[in-house]
Amino acid sequence: MTLPLKYSILVIGGSAGSMSVLVELLNQLPSPFPIPVVIILHRLKNVESELDKLLSIRQPIAEPEDKEPLLQGNIYLAPQNYHLLIEEDGSFSLDYAEPVNFSRPAIDLTFSSAASVFGARSLGILLSGANKDGAAGLCRIIRAGGKGIAQRPDTAGFSIMPQAAIDLCRGVQPMTIKGMIDFLRNISIENKS
Amino acid sequence: MVEEISNGDFTDLVKIIQQRYGYDFTDYAPASLKRRFTRFTGFAHISNVFELKHRLLNDAGFFQEMVQYITVNVTEMFRDPAFYKTLREQVLPRLASYPIIKIWHAGCASGEEVYSMAILLEEAGLLDRCRIYATDMNAANLRKAKKGAVALKDMKDYTCNYIQSGGVNDFSNYYTAGCDTAIIDAALRRNIIFFQHNLVTDQVFNEFQLICCRNVFIYFNRTLQERVVKLFYESLTSLGYLALGIKESLLYNDERFKFEPVNAANKIFRRKV
Repeated sequence: MTLPLKYSILVIGGSAGSMSVLVELLNQLPSPFPIPVVIILHRLKNVESELDKLLSIRQPIAEPEDKEPLLQGNIYLAPQNYHLLIEEDGSFSLDYAEPVNFSRPAIDLTFSSAASVFGARSLGILLSGANKDGAAGLCRIIRAGGKGIAQRPDTAGFSIMPQAAIDLCRGVQPMTIKGMIDFLRNISIENKS
Repeated sequence: MVEEISNGDFTDLVKIIQQRYGYDFTDYAPASLKRRFTRFTGFAHISNVFELKHRLLNDAGFFQEMVQYITVNVTEMFRDPAFYKTLREQVLPRLASYPIIKIWHAGCASGEEVYSMAILLEEAGLLDRCRIYATDMNAANLRKAKKGAVALKDMKDYTCNYIQSGGVNDFSNYYTAGCDTAIIDAALRRNIIFFQHNLVTDQVFNEFQLICCRNVFIYFNRTLQERVVKLFYESLTSLGYLALGIKESLLYNDERFKFEPVNAANKIFRRKV
């Protein structure tokens, strides 16, 4: 018998100092992962970028196009210079509105969007970074009944971002990189059983 | 500020706006429009949806302020430099074969991409033979676009974009800098016509060799995208070009078979004969 999945989406946000952590997570992430993974990184705009290829470590990572459906087992990277939102029909929707927290893509927007579509079935992880983007979004996920994890600030290259989330609301769970990897492996096993 | 608007309230708000003011947001992509609504409640110090409905029903001036705020009017000069480079290298040489070149910028916001196009055409020696029709649903945008005023602080980024797009001139020749605004050279405006056109409700008005509609489709749902692609198809000459935003796709559109890709990465398509 297959139990219903506890989570329907994993959203990961990161900024300064998050690349190496992300690479480690992607290296250790069970593949294929049972739910769609969406990564939002603060990145440059209007430059040619191969970040998607760089992160295609164990499986190809794609930058979604507008209206593309989120598929189980896929890993997505928010494209540069757009906000990435999720529609209730389970498709992506891009937005070229003003930067939020000086950022486009803004982690807060994708996290909030995941919270409003998937509610308690959302799982958010906020990594190292040097501004407060993502904190409000992670709290939205927690208020919707989902789970919010922040990289333990003393293990982060830049602690401001995970610390902001921990300070903003109770319920954010600080974890080391190893803690996050164990947690993600467990979900994968739980989801399979 | 209202943090989240329920689906029921969202539908009500869209209906009120449509019935009272004639702007039809029914087929907009809901995720971003909902966010625009909630963001506006923060701006207008509105604490609940009832108050928002009440003001909308009773205060036309309030709606004018709101429509200004909920439409996304963000744009950049030479956004996605690789796209402009492709235009220079693959599209303009073909357009050069027409005696009069007609171009439509649909959803031009405050005109930054229209002026970028005018610069490309000027450099290719084609601007005198062009008529650029630049349209937007938002009248305030068009007033701003006509002025050709750009924030000076953005010019640094735009200069980089221009160079990456293959520009070889001194970019500062194209504008006059004030204290905090740069005014685009009026000569670049000589063949641009700005006017109001709403892609949701308005129709074909001319025939074009190139239609640029970049980062407008992202705000529409598939039904509305379908309608607008049809409108563009009917507005293009055979083999006319259609340019969309770099992450926009015809893939989810039934009309896609009437177009062929010219440059898939930069989302340039061509109407089949």
